[in-house]
Amino acid sequence: MSTLITNVCKQYDNNQGKTVLSNVSAEIETGEFFVIVGPSGCGKSTLLRMIAGLTEITDGEIAIDGKVVNNLPPKDRNLTMVFQSYALFPFLSVWDNVAFGLKARKHDQAEVSERVNNALKMVNLEDLKDRKPRELSGGQRQRVALARAVASDAKICLMDEPLSNLDAQLRIKMRQEIYALQRKLGITLIYVTHDQVEAMTMADHIMVLHDSKVQQIGTPTEIYKNPANEFVASFFGVPPINIMYASKVGAHSIKVNNDYQLDLDQAVTENELKVGIRPNEMIVEKAEELQSNATVQNVEFLGDEKIVHAKFNNGVMVSAIVPSDTEFDMFETVKITSTGNVLLFSQDGINITENKGGLVNA
Amino acid sequence: MINIDERKILKNLFSYILLIVLAVVILVPFFIGIWTSFLPTADILKGNYFSTNISLTNYLDAFTKTPILRYLGNTVVVSTLIMLAHLLFCSMSAYAFVFLDFKYKKFFFALFMVTMMLPGEAAIIPNFQTVKALGLLDHYSAMVVPALTSAFGTFMLRQAFLQTPKELKEAADIEGLNHFQIFWKVILPYNRISLITLGAYSFLGAWNSYLWPILVTFSNESRVIQNGLKQLQSEETFNNWGMIQASAAIIVIPTILVLFIGQHYFKSGLNEGAVK
Repeated sequence: MSTLITNVCKQYDNNQGKTVLSNVSAEIETGEFFVIVGPSGCGKSTLLRMIAGLTEITDGEIAIDGKVVNNLPPKDRNLTMVFQSYALFPFLSVWDNVAFGLKARKHDQAEVSERVNNALKMVNLEDLKDRKPRELSGGQRQRVALARAVASDAKICLMDEPLSNLDAQLRIKMRQEIYALQRKLGITLIYVTHDQVEAMTMADHIMVLHDSKVQQIGTPTEIYKNPANEFVASFFGVPPINIMYASKVGAHSIKVNNDYQLDLDQAVTENELKVGIRPNEMIVEKAEELQSNATVQNVEFLGDEKIVHAKFNNGVMVSAIVPSDTEFDMFETVKITSTGNVLLFSQDGINITENKGGLVNA
Repeated sequence: MINIDERKILKNLFSYILLIVLAVVILVPFFIGIWTSFLPTADILKGNYFSTNISLTNYLDAFTKTPILRYLGNTVVVSTLIMLAHLLFCSMSAYAFVFLDFKYKKFFFALFMVTMMLPGEAAIIPNFQTVKALGLLDHYSAMVVPALTSAFGTFMLRQAFLQTPKELKEAADIEGLNHFQIFWKVILPYNRISLITLGAYSFLGAWNSYLWPILVTFSNESRVIQNGLKQLQSEETFNNWGMIQASAAIIVIPTILVLFIGQHYFKSGLNEGAVK
């Protein structure tokens, strides 16, 4: 059951007809893990709710398995949804919460109990099946919500930031559990998040939304190595990519930040451009004040590596990843350069890097 | 520093004295009533309130010599019917006002609210004429039918339903429940505390109503307890005050029961864990 989204638009009547989504198109294949990612307010939850049928579509078409579902109520779209807030029924036990939808869809009793028990086993909640949601921890509540999706026979599962209420450790654990479940059940999972790490680690395909428009759709590797534009490049990667102005100084070389010269493999086509350099491609060396071009502002120790935040003499901030055994002090003067492994953007932020496969292997 | 402490203590002292005085003012008549219900009428009339002649005779008399049991039965039936009707009709109308989309929704809700602004007494004459025309006088239905629904109940439940997390309804929508199922399986259980509150409020309201029942009932077959109490005074040529006090004490019992049982349900946190 592939899901086809064609030129979908959403405008609200109030709010001076504010456009929430414009011309969103995507094809979500059967059994894939599809992540919709973007900063808050970009319309990603709205898109998910439109697929679910909870929000009306202003324009465009959503088709599930070849059938246009624009005017179909949620229940006839054969999907399940895991809400950000879990939406558990506080007056029902864990078991009844999971069985709720199955009972409503009039499955026979034996089938309901088999499905519910299997689902609870899959999320390790068998022992807690008689508890009420208020007697569960956040992670356990999340698992009940997952079990509800697992127990359903729907082939599409929608998740709206299901992990955003959990603490960091639990989030990593649940991330793996959700991924494993999706692979095991073979369901199509459409997952909304604002967390680029979640998107990168779980997705088969990622849709990046920003400013109510699709910025790029691709695999995590494509999106990281070959971002369509400056926004996508800076949205993925921790710490974020350093974007600096650069100018052409030769056919194959540019001057970055009006500071140091960088030789590139590709031909430089524009006179004024922007360059994106991942923090791990930056080179930081200790330097005397006269040879230096930047000052260390802050150093973060992460264990295996350190992140150096430095300020170029002209005020531009950059971050760089250095080995953890190198010592940098605050306000130390340094010389910063980079490898040639960089992304080039036009002044408008469009990626103009020549894609030679190995060029950007960050 | 010491000055401030002294002022604080004085302030506390003053507050507590005020509270104690108020508590005494409120509770003393109540206790006098209970106490005199155990005293023989002769002692009460003599003003001998500290008599040690206490017994349960007054209660026995109330049950055996007066139709108070009949009154109680009538009141239980009428109050229960009114309570059930309020729960049913108010919750259904509140659901409509919250979850259904229809034209002029706001207007209709405003109209509902307007009826709440009218004092019940203002409607007594037209209501009486209607009930009389329908031939319901001196029946339970004369008391039940005009009180089948309550604008306050709808308003109260509407506010409660508005607080229900919308994800719960959406989850139910996705599972394919229809409006009636959502109403019955999601909205009502989620708002059971509000329903219990409204139920208690409606039951006690009906239990304590006086003016309307006294207008539409004439016989012991349909007379409710509050009117019955009044009746006890005039039926006897000699007012048996001890027994009347005992009857009054009996009437208060349900109110106290509802309060105590109700308190058990007002534990907070029953709905915790639904959404985060």
